[in-house]
Amino acid sequence: MGVSAVLFYSISAFILVTGLLAVTTRKIFRSAIWLLFSLIGIAGLYFWMQMEFIAAVQVIVYVGGIVVLIIFSIFLTQQSGLEMLKPLRLRTLISLLAVLSGFSLTYQFIYRYRFVASSHMPIDVRVANIGSQMLSTSAHGYVLPFELVSILLLAAMIGCIVIAIKIKPAKK
Amino acid sequence: MNEVPLSHILFVSTALFFTGMYGLFTRRNMITMLMSIELILNSVNINFIAFNKYLHAGKLDGVFFTIFIITIAAAEAAVAIAIIINLYRSHDSIDVEDTADMKY
Repeated sequence: MGVSAVLFYSISAFILVTGLLAVTTRKIFRSAIWLLFSLIGIAGLYFWMQMEFIAAVQVIVYVGGIVVLIIFSIFLTQQSGLEMLKPLRLRTLISLLAVLSGFSLTYQFIYRYRFVASSHMPIDVRVANIGSQMLSTSAHGYVLPFELVSILLLAAMIGCIVIAIKIKPAKK
Repeated sequence: MNEVPLSHILFVSTALFFTGMYGLFTRRNMITMLMSIELILNSVNINFIAFNKYLHAGKLDGVFFTIFIITIAAAEAAVAIAIIINLYRSHDSIDVEDTADMKY
């Protein structure tokens, strides 16, 4: 086993352990911190696959944006030191059963399927290449989804403000 | 890079997906359910990147899909947190069992 394989297996174990802790720990603030570590581990996996741009986007958007937003909302909505209620034992058992059977079924299909690579040239993931391919107006460009996503972001921003705005009661 | 087969990366993403599903099934707090959804979306992103890297190296479609998923996940998280804060103001709780106004 080379250095690369050792690196991959340690990153994967880190991701899975922290992800599992994030969904099972009973203190909500710790759960958010475990989620943070799991997302950093996923960024490490992207670095391992030599997708530096995606790894940077992952760190900026998820770790710097979404987790900070989640931590803010935890502080706004509840006492973070309190433990959450334990889930019902029956519910835990049933969901464990569903998840394990789903996982074994899915992985069995993946394990049996023979994947065939369509090309063997090295992938070109320089930022200039990503940008020019995404915004090209030819057959393989992604300029229409790009514009749609920008409209979606604007709509989401306005929607958030409208939903979370506090209306002052009218003074008499 | 080439000593790790594709199925091992898919094992990681599948396990992460079902970890998120477990959290979604067992947790009743809206913020923790949102965290589980983030885990699920991330496992999908790992899949897209791995397929693009291993199978379709000539194109960049998986990278583009990953970028769009990250963007939409950010928008979704922001809207979800706005809804959660609004719910907390009206119900003083963000437990999904307590919000039964529209049940039945």
